[in-house]
Amino acid sequence: MKHTPLHWTVVAAVSALALAMLWVAPLLWALSTSLRPEYETIAPTLHLLPQRWTVEAFTKTLGAGNVPRWLFNSALVALAVTAVTMAISLMAAFAFSQLRFRGRNLLFMVSMLALLLPFEALLVPLFRTMNGLGLINTYAGIVLPQVVSPVVIYVFRQFFDAVPNDFRDAALLDGASPLRVLWSVYLPMSGNIVWAMAIVTFIAAWNNFLWPFIIVTSNDMMTIPLGLTQTYDAFGVRYAQLMAAALLGAFPVALAYIVFQRRVTQGLLAATGLKG
Amino acid sequence: MRGRRSEMLSAMLLLLPFMAAFVLFFLLPALQTLYLSLTESSLTRTSAFVGLANYDTLIHDPSFWSSLGNTFYFSLLTVIPLTALGLVMALLVDHFTKASGWLQGAFFLPYVLPISVMTLIADWMLQPSSGIVNHLLGVQRAWFSDVDWAMPVVAIATVWWTVGFNMLIFIAGLRNIPREQYEAAALDGARGFAVFRYITWPALMPVTITALVLQLIASLKVFGQTYIMTTGGPFNTTRVTLHYMYETAFTQSDAGYAAAVAMAFMFIVVALGLAQALLLRKRKGRA
Repeated sequence: MKHTPLHWTVVAAVSALALAMLWVAPLLWALSTSLRPEYETIAPTLHLLPQRWTVEAFTKTLGAGNVPRWLFNSALVALAVTAVTMAISLMAAFAFSQLRFRGRNLLFMVSMLALLLPFEALLVPLFRTMNGLGLINTYAGIVLPQVVSPVVIYVFRQFFDAVPNDFRDAALLDGASPLRVLWSVYLPMSGNIVWAMAIVTFIAAWNNFLWPFIIVTSNDMMTIPLGLTQTYDAFGVRYAQLMAAALLGAFPVALAYIVFQRRVTQGLLAATGLKG
Repeated sequence: MRGRRSEMLSAMLLLLPFMAAFVLFFLLPALQTLYLSLTESSLTRTSAFVGLANYDTLIHDPSFWSSLGNTFYFSLLTVIPLTALGLVMALLVDHFTKASGWLQGAFFLPYVLPISVMTLIADWMLQPSSGIVNHLLGVQRAWFSDVDWAMPVVAIATVWWTVGFNMLIFIAGLRNIPREQYEAAALDGARGFAVFRYITWPALMPVTITALVLQLIASLKVFGQTYIMTTGGPFNTTRVTLHYMYETAFTQSDAGYAAAVAMAFMFIVVALGLAQALLLRKRKGRA
């Protein structure tokens, strides 16, 4: 906007800089805390930078306690949720978009009902179901309810709907099965949106707190967001170690975001229906 | 051409995995919530059908109303700041095109952190004796056990954590405004704030409504932040509706009553979702 008067530009620049600094400050403070020896965190005088730099907090966190196990659980769960969600959502969206069958619209509308009802309100019967299936404290128990993602189906369907039907008809005429058409015709065209939804799903699954909190009671089965709430017991009040554990738990998603910034924003916007 | 029957069969096979998961982990639990709310049940056992008795208890239950009050207090403290600040951040990112990647990254990064990472950092910063906030303010306040401060502090932490998402929505809204509108306004001599007032702001109205309602629904679903940071205290002043539902079901094993709380909660959220759809449709009808 070149017609903006100068004083507005100055105000905007100052507020942009101040806000940005304010927003990264807590993260930098956590990082700075994690790189000092434990005694410095409770010293009466406060220094912004460590007086003695050390990665002791990280080595101790990774060497003792459950943090490595929780990180492993999180990675396993988040990858499984992402893979299963993508697979079943792509198949369902393809059927909803490209195949003709009776009850198609009704079935689609019922599935989209899930967009309206809050998952949080279903926790009690969901716990009872999982308990009945014997899935408390199991990986399957943590993963399965998270793969129902109507919004992913909605986004994929929108995308498939926009592909000209000629592609499908030509391939079907050649005698290809629908699954084959999905795999070798539609999937290569939808690479971007599939990646975007996969990364968003991965981040959401890694960060999910509520469901693991309900379904996991044993320390060994905890994912990192859940485990981190238990670390007081493990560490007492060792803040350098707590911050190291926190940063380790945030690292995979922060990295995914920084590397795939575009795809994350594309995926989130598609999910809110603001951009296809 | 292949027959219709085979197309139907393929469709069923492709839909089967999703539908199975959907029915088992969504549809049945949704119907069960309704049924459970009409029974007296423990966490694992359903005992007696009691009709609307749980709802009768619910409307006379001060703990439920106070938890709902706390939920709305949290929403009041978060919805407007999160929406307004999201808009301001979007305008800044949009304005400084050369630094937009860095700015957007800085504002958005907290949003991808797991909730317990956010709460650990907040807790460390707000420690009564060694926390940086008290150092900077020169006080010794125990923020999370202070009746007046506990909820506002949780709200501030939440604003820091989640505002990036609202910013994203507004950035998308800004990028959808046709360039021609700005060019026409410039020809008419509009500058600076006038451009915002007469072009940007009206064009962003539907996005603002969407952001406000999405944020309100998200804020009403608050649970993790208060549960981890304050465990509902001090004196239950931060115990929100979902926390009350969780306690009723999982601590007191009163699943029937918890389901009634869940139904009340679901009713509020669904009503808001429908209100948004209506509001947006009305605006579109007028445009």
